[in-house]
Amino acid sequence: MKIRNRGEAEKSSLNMTSMIDVVFLLLIFFVMTFKIVELEGDFSVRMPLAGSDSMTMDPTDLPLKLRLQADENGKLTSMALNEISLGTDFDQLRANVVDLIGTTAPVEGEDGPEIEIDTDYNLRYEYVIRSITAVSGYKQGNEVVKLIEKIKFAKPRR
Amino acid sequence: MKVKSKKVDLAEGDLTPMIDMVFQLIAFFMVLINFAQTESNDRVKLPSSQLVKPPEVPLEFPIILHVAQDGEIILGGDDYTAETLRVGLQKEIAVIKAEGKTVEDANVVIRAHKDTAAGDVQEVIRVAQEQKLENFALRVKEDNS
Repeated sequence: MKIRNRGEAEKSSLNMTSMIDVVFLLLIFFVMTFKIVELEGDFSVRMPLAGSDSMTMDPTDLPLKLRLQADENGKLTSMALNEISLGTDFDQLRANVVDLIGTTAPVEGEDGPEIEIDTDYNLRYEYVIRSITAVSGYKQGNEVVKLIEKIKFAKPRR
Repeated sequence: MKVKSKKVDLAEGDLTPMIDMVFQLIAFFMVLINFAQTESNDRVKLPSSQLVKPPEVPLEFPIILHVAQDGEIILGGDDYTAETLRVGLQKEIAVIKAEGKTVEDANVVIRAHKDTAAGDVQEVIRVAQEQKLENFALRVKEDNS
């Protein structure tokens, strides 16, 4: 009787080609649609149309006024908080806000201090956000100390 | 003389490590893919601020306005100017009212390019105010530096 040589066990191998094709297609799809997500947040501004607010305004409770001036290229040239000139230094602005409202007991919510931003029309929006950042708080370690939460804009200047 | 039979062997490399790597890559991209990026617009590069944090709960009834560098406003895929924005906002307000909510419940999310004129953003706010919208959110990029 002839005995077959069992030493040469045949290697059973799956045909991988089609799977690799699909897997590469998937990989290409994910690589092409990949986009690094930048985290975003909001500065909330509650601004009803002037005069439509039913709340009675206390004439002694006037908002702080921040005036931002720009050159013809939209670059910030000067800032003034309640007529106090601050140059273009946002840290100076923050220090002045801290002086004006104090930091010992920051008032939150509707009763907190208010600021009105009056900006030149062509000032770059980036500077407005930087000034809003400066007046709305600062970071102490990982915690955010809030200063002014109520922000509104003056009428646009043409 | 003995002649060896020439069996043509298929040269097969070991594909296992490659498949491992490819699956790892797919898993990586799948986890990081974010289909909810419809809010962003290529024409808008947001300014950044250290103080903002991503909101824990999404805003209710958002109306997202993209303000491009030239002051053009994009709302729901359509381009508007400050003069024509009123029409677009009225459409959005109609949808909100159809859901049984008032205009005051809506949140206007302003995604303005960092180099756009501040006056253009103010104009957008003014037009929205005229439509009785009063809650605005100025969207900025989180700056961790």
